[in-house]
Amino acid sequence: MVKQATVKELKRQFAGVLPQNSILASPEELKPYECDGLSAYTQVPLMVVIPDSIEQIQQILKICVQFDVPVVARGAGTGLSGGALPLANSVVLSLARLSQILEVDAINRTARVQPGVRNLAISEAVASLGLFYAPDPSSQIACTIGGNVAENSGGVHCLKYGLTVHNILEIKVVTIDGELITLGGSGLDAPGYDLLALFIGSEGLLGIIVEVVVKLLPKPEATTVILSAFDSVEKAGFVVAEIIKQGVIPAGLEMMDKFALRAAEEFVHAGYPLNAAAILLCELDGIKTEVTEQAEQVKEIMSTGGAFEVRLAEDEAQRELFWKGRKAAFPAMGRISPDYYCMDGTIPRKCLPEVLAKIATFSEKYGLAVANVFHAGDGNLHPLILYDANKSGELENAEKFGAEILELCVSVGGTITGEHGVGVEKLDQMCSQFAQDELSIFHQIKSAFDPSGLLNPGKAVPSLHRCAELGAMHVHKGKLPFPELERF
Amino acid sequence: MNTDNKDDLEDLRSRVVKAHDSHTPLRIVGGDTKQFYANELVGEPLYTKKHCGIITYEPSELVMTVRSGTPLSAVQKTLATQGQMLPFEPPVFGDGSTIGGVIASGLSGPRRPFTGSVRDYVLGCKILTGNGKVLEFGGQVIKNVAGYDVSRIMAGAMGTLGVLLEISIKVLPKPDIEISVYMPLTAQEALDVMNARMAKPLPLSAACYDGETMYLRLSGTEFGLSGIERKIAGDRLDHSELFWQELNNQQHFFFREDVPLWRLSLASGVLHLGLPGQWFLDWGGAQRWLKTFESADNVRDAVTAEGGHATLFRGKELLNNNEVVNMFHPLPVGLGRLTRTIKTIFDPHNILNRHRIYGQNAD
Repeated sequence: MVKQATVKELKRQFAGVLPQNSILASPEELKPYECDGLSAYTQVPLMVVIPDSIEQIQQILKICVQFDVPVVARGAGTGLSGGALPLANSVVLSLARLSQILEVDAINRTARVQPGVRNLAISEAVASLGLFYAPDPSSQIACTIGGNVAENSGGVHCLKYGLTVHNILEIKVVTIDGELITLGGSGLDAPGYDLLALFIGSEGLLGIIVEVVVKLLPKPEATTVILSAFDSVEKAGFVVAEIIKQGVIPAGLEMMDKFALRAAEEFVHAGYPLNAAAILLCELDGIKTEVTEQAEQVKEIMSTGGAFEVRLAEDEAQRELFWKGRKAAFPAMGRISPDYYCMDGTIPRKCLPEVLAKIATFSEKYGLAVANVFHAGDGNLHPLILYDANKSGELENAEKFGAEILELCVSVGGTITGEHGVGVEKLDQMCSQFAQDELSIFHQIKSAFDPSGLLNPGKAVPSLHRCAELGAMHVHKGKLPFPELERF
Repeated sequence: MNTDNKDDLEDLRSRVVKAHDSHTPLRIVGGDTKQFYANELVGEPLYTKKHCGIITYEPSELVMTVRSGTPLSAVQKTLATQGQMLPFEPPVFGDGSTIGGVIASGLSGPRRPFTGSVRDYVLGCKILTGNGKVLEFGGQVIKNVAGYDVSRIMAGAMGTLGVLLEISIKVLPKPDIEISVYMPLTAQEALDVMNARMAKPLPLSAACYDGETMYLRLSGTEFGLSGIERKIAGDRLDHSELFWQELNNQQHFFFREDVPLWRLSLASGVLHLGLPGQWFLDWGGAQRWLKTFESADNVRDAVTAEGGHATLFRGKELLNNNEVVNMFHPLPVGLGRLTRTIKTIFDPHNILNRHRIYGQNAD
């Protein structure tokens, strides 16, 4: 526990460097900051500071070092892995007031923005130039670019347009010592090690992102969507592989299983065929002639692959309707179940039928229903486990169920998180994915940037101790981990 | 697959462990085609060529996992049989070029501004660190945010952070056809036109200017590209594949001269610079080749003022007054410190490709 006198002094110091109304410390003010999008975990921080300039952030960090107080950065708080979950003895550093688009460079097709700018606001601001910012996490209406960089966010268009890391040119970062450094640059590369790539996705552990230069792309001339329905998941999976093998890179390629598509259909009436075991949505974009040609090709692949229904969106309205159901998949679950737990593993696409079959057996084992939504193009699977937090034991069961799914993803050659990050949620599974030596490198990288260990401690990378304790239960890639440790 | 297939890990590891224990520097050698691309070559050679072979290749997953010593030509040949390619179009400076050298040097070709760089396509890697540990980062899937993205920093690290053992690379379908058009312009006109074209939804896959003429490459299918020439002014270039290949591999006559060659990395729209010398603009203006006897300080001052950086790519020995120059752009103090710390994490005794990128002081 931090002494009350220290808290008072800390507040006084912050007040000296921040404008009025930039410090929140009363219980009712702190309550909204107790969690992020992973609401199963809550913790109220010591206080929240809301600076409006880089200089103030530098001062805040210097004070935190002086008082040895951890700092948790926060954008919009929409993250799904607890990355912005406060610690009891921490200060939450909100970037909400750094919300300006500083410059749009039409010639170089870039935008220089502050970290608190919303993802969608960038595309909106440059739409008149015929440009857009490609990564589109489902929370794009609310989530901020600073959070996107911290999490290396994805979206439905990753196969063609990449993740956040592929769409950022430069960031400015304040280190824990208050130093302002620039990673990347205005060109397509920068001298030395690619620390920009290392930093993107580092979940607030290495520094505070205070400015971001994003790459903007020309809006495609034409876009269309094809909906197809299958009587088995295997057939849908086969068609996904075949589309890609035949040289088509769709802008988006999404699969929903029976449970997910029914819930979505009941919610928004997108016109999905309810008798399907799985549906595929395939979005194509590019120049008109190419899109027309590829649409024919994809329809052919779908029919040959056994789709019992194939529909090409006839106009923009129908295209939006097809997507509406997919985009409503998560809230649709909220309608039919008091709570749901969203997982985020990635698997090699070819393992999809095997993985879905195993998930179905886990579902029986835990007595909890599951709906699967799948970014099929890039192998990113989002099983949604339905539970009721008010029923004793269901949350714990949902978590165990989720953990089994993630370990399954690792065992088939995939990963525990495709786009949501590790946060506090997947620390244990990190022990399955990485061995001690690799985790130790992560810890050394952390201390290269943050020797005091005050930036978002306890997130993203588990301690070796934690993994050693878990290790008794896990075998990593056929080897018993931590063989040098004694076991009792 | 007709490439040799051999796991030479144990030999490589025992060499590195010995070198680590005796603090002996090692020079990692793949195809030995990029000796010129180094500040200094120090140490006993550690050959990776015997560690070779394609481990897995799944065309429908768009992923290949390959041992570092595999010849680049073998990788490209295998991909071509499935109609796929390395999206970053790596330059080839000699027959022996290995995939490990391609990834370590991080050099990308004319397609770079349109499809991405080497690091953009690195999904995972297995490395041998300077203290003999075998570590794996990333994976074989396109989306993966578990742990810091260590595998991507291996691209361009020139082997200073570890001997690459295996690399998983995302690959892409090769376009059915590519056509190129050209148009005589001044340098500034070419920059304006290339940037204006890049802001439009066109299937561009390369844009360059050779000092007299601007060239644009378009990729797609026969039907997809039908009518495209009505949208883009210029004459059709014959033998265009050869043209881009010669540019990429620096066999174009521009590169055949005994003058120091600089690689300037700038925002593509930066106005044409006044530095004296001969220019070849690639990447729509984001990568500019300059042949000049101008001093390194003058070149770097002009580039720094525009927010870019300059690499002395070839011909260090030809500089006037025997200037002692780091090939790579000096780093700001903070980044220099981080660079040294990170190097120490992966290679505590500084045995791997010592001084290849930065001197002992990383500056």
